[in-house]
Amino acid sequence: MRLIRRLLYFFRQGRQAAELAEEMDFHRQMLEQESGDRYTANRKMGASSLAREDAHAVWFPIHLDSLWQDLRVGLRMLRRSPGFSILAILCLTLGIGANATVFSWIEGILFRPYPLVTHQERLAAITGTARGEAGHTGISWPDLLDLQKNCTLVDSFIVTKIMGTTLSLGDRAERTLGSIVSANYFDAIGVHPILGRGFEPGEDAGSKAHPVTVISYQLWQSRFKGDPATVGKMQRLNGIEHTIVGVAPEGFLGTFVGWGMQFWVPASMEETFEGGPYKLEDRSARWIEAYVRLKPGVTLEQAQQEMSAVARRLETDFPATNRGRGMKLWPLWQTPFNNAGTLLPTLGIMLAVVVFVLLIACANVGNLLLVRSFARRHEMTVRVAVGAGRGRLVQQLITEGMILSILAATSGLLVAHWCRHALVLLFPARGGVAMTLPGEIDWRVLALSAGVCLFSTLLLGLLPALQTRKIDLAGALKSEMSGVVGGAHGKSLLRSTLVVLQVSLSFLSLVGAGLLMQSLQRIRNLNPGFSTKGVLETAVDLRGAGYELQRAIHFNEELLDRVKALPGIESAAFARNTPLSYGSYSSSPIAVDGYQPPPDEQPTVEYNQVGPGYFSTIGIPLLSGREFTRADNETAPPVAIVNDVMATQYWRGEDPVGKRLQVKGQWRQVIGVAKVSKYQSVRENPKPFFYLPLRQDSTAGTALNMRTHLPTETIASALAREVHALDANLAPYEVITLQEQMDRSTSPQRVAVTLLGILGGLALLLATIGLYAVMSYAVSQSSRELGLRMALGAGASDLLRQVMSRGLTLTAAGITLGAAAALESTRLLGNLLYKVSPRDPLTFASAFVVMTIAATAACFLPAWRATRTDPARILRD
Amino acid sequence: MGNDLLPGTLDMLVLGSLTRGPRHGYGIAQHLKKISEDVLDVGESSLYPALQRLLLNGWVTAEWGASENNRRARYYKLTASGRKQLAAENREFDRMILAIQKVMSCA
Repeated sequence: MRLIRRLLYFFRQGRQAAELAEEMDFHRQMLEQESGDRYTANRKMGASSLAREDAHAVWFPIHLDSLWQDLRVGLRMLRRSPGFSILAILCLTLGIGANATVFSWIEGILFRPYPLVTHQERLAAITGTARGEAGHTGISWPDLLDLQKNCTLVDSFIVTKIMGTTLSLGDRAERTLGSIVSANYFDAIGVHPILGRGFEPGEDAGSKAHPVTVISYQLWQSRFKGDPATVGKMQRLNGIEHTIVGVAPEGFLGTFVGWGMQFWVPASMEETFEGGPYKLEDRSARWIEAYVRLKPGVTLEQAQQEMSAVARRLETDFPATNRGRGMKLWPLWQTPFNNAGTLLPTLGIMLAVVVFVLLIACANVGNLLLVRSFARRHEMTVRVAVGAGRGRLVQQLITEGMILSILAATSGLLVAHWCRHALVLLFPARGGVAMTLPGEIDWRVLALSAGVCLFSTLLLGLLPALQTRKIDLAGALKSEMSGVVGGAHGKSLLRSTLVVLQVSLSFLSLVGAGLLMQSLQRIRNLNPGFSTKGVLETAVDLRGAGYELQRAIHFNEELLDRVKALPGIESAAFARNTPLSYGSYSSSPIAVDGYQPPPDEQPTVEYNQVGPGYFSTIGIPLLSGREFTRADNETAPPVAIVNDVMATQYWRGEDPVGKRLQVKGQWRQVIGVAKVSKYQSVRENPKPFFYLPLRQDSTAGTALNMRTHLPTETIASALAREVHALDANLAPYEVITLQEQMDRSTSPQRVAVTLLGILGGLALLLATIGLYAVMSYAVSQSSRELGLRMALGAGASDLLRQVMSRGLTLTAAGITLGAAAALESTRLLGNLLYKVSPRDPLTFASAFVVMTIAATAACFLPAWRATRTDPARILRD
Repeated sequence: MGNDLLPGTLDMLVLGSLTRGPRHGYGIAQHLKKISEDVLDVGESSLYPALQRLLLNGWVTAEWGASENNRRARYYKLTASGRKQLAAENREFDRMILAIQKVMSCA
């Protein structure tokens, strides 16, 4: 209530002041009337301007009038000690800048990831689920139409499936990303093409019925030179001429975290880009990635309930395809089918660590301010003596803290501005396409940074303000001598607490960085189940070049013969998909003789289509049976190779070679068992998987694997020549080793380690500076005591030990606190840790050693200086 | 002068002077002076901050009205919570006076 009244007063200040003046004027006139003379009245009333100020101060106890004066004094103080000011502002800039940068990343990547898309707070991702299986699946087009018909809480369903094509620019083939979208796409996300139109209702129906495309502003500029007559022109995409119907506005990158889209086609063109049969009428083809836009005021939970109810109805209506299938909504920042999911844990940890860095920086600057407040003790005392209230002193100190924070916040925001797009630098381009991970500095980021600034202001201002409580007027004015033993005790306790806090926070960061480093090491040394050395991988995008299936198969066979004939190539094989690449595997419902699945589950297993010699080329050992040969073609009996996990699960450990496996309704003979390897991610658990011969699954391989001992560049140029010889318009993608492929797939871990390493180092540096400053100060303040001790016969080593032990005691306290905190909190690293216990003793020990070495170094210099004390000089002074 | 009073007493006295109905600032000062037989001569430097405190706490409300000699004056009126506060302060004051009397009678 008081607060509300205060606010009301604040907003009507002018009127309130006038009213007060008027009523005091009335008072005065009445007195004048009563006594008959102005002089007596004035004397009785006292100074009315003072009374007015006092009355005003009741409502607003901050002396706004004196703020300007405080600002000037504060700036003068900063100028007078530039060393202090620069150090303090630098520390705070690091703290605030790191925070603002991470805020901008989180805002730009997780919360407002899609530039120009309106009302992103009402967007949610939607995926399918399968009972008894973790993770998520896509959604089929017929299911999506049914959801659209039956969900009343959702404004629109927005289909957006990432895919790619190859566009040739001159003689260079360039991988270009696009999206397959529903016809409502541009309207539903509120993005309007700057030229032409978006898609029209109905353009997302019919097999290859609507070859139209909207291109990005960037593509329009680079390929069409910004020609306004571009709309209506034709563009060949995957062999089919598409009419360009629109150009998206500048800055619109589509709706996929991590990569910018260059073109969009309606869902009717799906086959052209994804291959396979027509999927828009197939309820079992779960290929769609989608978002929903909730109606205003609808919560995710309400929408989820409705969605689940519809999914249950679909289960009963279409048991053959939908048994055990559900729908799940995800907040935008947890979207599982783009890079939001992989970056979420990294960004979460970053946020925690930058807060640590900020706290450590504030503690450092707080310590510096304490030292200065001690030096300014006399000034403060004089101010109190001439009548300054404690409130005024606190206001002056907070103003000084505010000047520091505002300067630091300004430079911190500059740092954030420079670093807002820096995250992408840590990620390698994949398949020749660079990632886009733009940070976003909007009003929410600015507001949060201002909050951080306010927080540090209060912290910085209040720390020295605590000291003003202890000002003892008489005592302090009497003696100039700083009372080291008595007076400084409270302060040194405060300073020590700050140091302990810093040490513990940086220990915590070190442990975190150490654990992630260990995980990365384990992942690097992990055996993925295939050879990482001596195997190269590349791809030729034939579909993108418009090859029909038969022509593609023919091209691949010819290319394979030429590649195998190259000097230095031991073997080579095509496959549809490379392990650990971004592309997803096909999956199929399976059946096995004698295996009875639980009643409401449909066992579904992922598979890859591979060519002859694939296993020997890539180095996956066969445990029994044989591998595919050229004879396993369209006319031969259908065959399959399963992995050992699948053999154990479905044949209960019997050798499945010679037994039957039903894939997509067709029975096949199992001819071999391959050892389990990593398929999608190095961190996945061993899972059932099988292989089909490329030629028996009506698909052309795109991934070419080559076993060789020659350097990558040699093979790359030879390969490019061979491809060019077969088709002058084609070029292969980047040639990389499987080790490189594996490293790329672990980039989230590497990024987390790099970032945490940088920030952990920063935290350690700041804490070391803090410890050093405290120890130096303690030594300089107790020089009299040290001198006395020396005069009484203490040796240099005694003094060294005394000072060192004080500093190391603080360190030990900090480490203990930090270790306790780390034991409780490192499990929050969760998913980023791989086969490392969150309480890994080795990591804790290493962090201990690093921290101790840093602390010893920080204490040694002041301690050594203490031993150089000249007792004669000290005692004489 | 009000400054020499026990802390918080002036606020109580001002509240007390409003029990019989609304008064303006000058009226309050006159009332206190008259009742206390010239002992309590409250100047505006203590009266107006005190009135602001009472307003802030919601114990009184202020309204402009016409004075006895038909001039514009600001009248202060006790609120319900002001009455409650006055009663509480009265009790506390009685307790304090009793305690002081006890101590002084033993001195």
